[in-house]
Amino acid sequence: MRSFSEIDTIAKRASKAVGFSWGIAEEIGKNIRILEMFGLPGLNNLNEYYKTLRVKKFQNISLIAKNNSSKISYCPIISGVNFLDQINTIEELNEIYFENLAFPILFIPFLSRASEIIGKRIFLTLDDKEFLLNFNQSIYSNYLSGSILDKSDLVKVKFIDNKNNFDEKTWTELYRLSEDTFVEETEQLKEKGAGAGLTDND
Amino acid sequence: MEVKLRDPKVIMKLSKLGSFHQSKLSFLRSFLKEFKDWDYTRELFNLDDNGFGIAVYSFKKNNRTYSLVCFANEIKDAERSDRVIATKWDAAFTLYDGVPTKKDLERLSENVPKQEVGRLSYKELTLSRANKSVRIFNHVVENLSKGMQPDKEILSKVGYLYRTTAVYGSGKFGLADRFRIKNRKEIYGPFRLEMMLVYLVREFTFDQVNHIAKSRNPRVAVKLNKDICRNLGIGNSTGLGMAPFIVNHPTLLNNWILSRETALKKIREIKVIKKSEFELFKTCIKKSIKNVTSWNTESEFQKNKIRQLLSDLNKFTYYLENEFKFEKNFSFNDMYIWVEKNLEDECIEYIVSLMMEPYDNIVDPLTSTMSSDEEKYFSIPTERSVLDLRNILEENYSNIIKIDFSQKKNNQNFWFISKNKEEPRLADRFSENGSELEQPLAIARDIKKLYQRISNQKNSLKIEKFLIDNNDLRHVVRRAFITEKFPYAEIQDNTIGYNLMPIDMLRLKLSFFGAIKFDPRSTKWLRICMFQGAPLANDLKSFDDHWVYNSLN
Repeated sequence: MRSFSEIDTIAKRASKAVGFSWGIAEEIGKNIRILEMFGLPGLNNLNEYYKTLRVKKFQNISLIAKNNSSKISYCPIISGVNFLDQINTIEELNEIYFENLAFPILFIPFLSRASEIIGKRIFLTLDDKEFLLNFNQSIYSNYLSGSILDKSDLVKVKFIDNKNNFDEKTWTELYRLSEDTFVEETEQLKEKGAGAGLTDND
Repeated sequence: MEVKLRDPKVIMKLSKLGSFHQSKLSFLRSFLKEFKDWDYTRELFNLDDNGFGIAVYSFKKNNRTYSLVCFANEIKDAERSDRVIATKWDAAFTLYDGVPTKKDLERLSENVPKQEVGRLSYKELTLSRANKSVRIFNHVVENLSKGMQPDKEILSKVGYLYRTTAVYGSGKFGLADRFRIKNRKEIYGPFRLEMMLVYLVREFTFDQVNHIAKSRNPRVAVKLNKDICRNLGIGNSTGLGMAPFIVNHPTLLNNWILSRETALKKIREIKVIKKSEFELFKTCIKKSIKNVTSWNTESEFQKNKIRQLLSDLNKFTYYLENEFKFEKNFSFNDMYIWVEKNLEDECIEYIVSLMMEPYDNIVDPLTSTMSSDEEKYFSIPTERSVLDLRNILEENYSNIIKIDFSQKKNNQNFWFISKNKEEPRLADRFSENGSELEQPLAIARDIKKLYQRISNQKNSLKIEKFLIDNNDLRHVVRRAFITEKFPYAEIQDNTIGYNLMPIDMLRLKLSFFGAIKFDPRSTKWLRICMFQGAPLANDLKSFDDHWVYNSLN
């Protein structure tokens, strides 16, 4: 079994070898480590993408807009780097769309890290595959096959506002249960149990 | 009184870092302190008459066990090499997490002796190999087998029976990743498991010579005297492989140096130095001089430094006995100011290390701050502006951005990874091939490039926009922002200049390990000794924290 440290190093070096700068290669190393740690096929997708890079060109994106489309497939690395770098600006767009993104699995860890930076969950769909990115702590997904995805025709990114997943009724019911751990106070306990006095008019 | 931390622009110069010495903060000392009350056991010792076979040693406490698994092998003299290109060693070791089963030992026996070409698992924590100092090893075995102790003079010239040539950890070759074990309290300090491996290897070397001597002459042989054992450490040969580490781990480097600087600052801020504290300091100074006078090296560079150190120590001793008044308020601050004014770097840093000796209350809490959660500081704060970046560069790299990299001499070298051994190397850019595959270790040059690149950018431009067209310098943008929070994260020197002394980088790291007797064999590799004078494992419970100065040599 390869360790995550080895995976990070090999992904970084391979990325430099195919032409990315050292700074971007460092990002890719960390990202592939994240994918593999979360059980997603990072190294397989990276290897396949780098093989494809030898024979095919990909579109680099600079400024991320609400709608991004290109006849030539977008490079998932440059798209991801710019998404991560521009996250504080593009967060305001609420939803972002990419048409024609190559090897989209490689795009995921940039979004996962962006989720941590802005403190919001990100809901990502790659065509019919769904991913919930939780502050770079976990990734919840219906994509479990572990196969290589060479392209996604439509990528949707949605920033999820921080809100509870439960309603007030659930809260109240559980609060009532929690009250069973409290002690009913007698008048005497009210006087003696608290540190402060009963009046603060001194 | 508040004393300022020493200026990173002074402390982080390579010549200064290359003058650091071991201290109470050093990892091998903090390791022993942490493990002194663990139970030590020799679990298995299955060597043949020539000392070849397998042995297992363990440290245990509560439900935790760490086991050193040793494989001693027969190799020909011609096969013995300390260089990383070697493929066979006298002994190979791994530190196993728990108690290895028979099946584990079989698996390890097939992989550990192969080192880099073997595969380890997440159950193994560190990996190493070592070669005998053949002359010393044979001398010891020969004498013990005749019922005599070895000649201490001969031993003191080398100081060890074995020297390791690499110690690997943190996920290398399939070993456990750091994250799997980082929450264990006993290994909060950096490199603690590497230190444990080396320490247990030292025990193995004593058992091995005793065993061979007894096998050779069962009736007459004696065991190696315990005092002699205590005065033997484990040697280590270290080449350039270690140098990039301190560049590649800026927050970790900061935490090491910051701990040392914080300790010094706090000691200088003590108003009243107690007599017992002053006496302990003086005793340590006096005893430590033996470690300097027995410091052997053929290196003229190091010989000069040792001569200067001894001469400065004489000056310092005179000052201590005739001018220094410990009863005065803030007397250790006065002493430090005198030291800085009158002595050279080698001695200044020597005294700084020794000033820590009386102060467990200051030093001990710092040892647990010397690790780093590097991932936390990896992302670039792209919402910041070019003005912010410019300010950081002008403030934290003011000497670096004055270097003229259009001069050939300032670009003389490049760092690369060798294809045959995947190890870092240094070469002359103008006479060797391969500079197009240079590693990102020319930080000073790239910081200067970055400074020039932003000179024609608007101050208000955000880093997120700047990076779109400047990702070739992304690695140094990241570093610059790191230095904002971590003032000691960056070496304040040119690591590719004609006058670079790579051994300064090695010595910095090795001093934090706790190594002594640095013996440069060239500008690119050196030998050192670890654990010389340290208590033996069976005596750890009556541990003396100042053992490093108790050497008989």
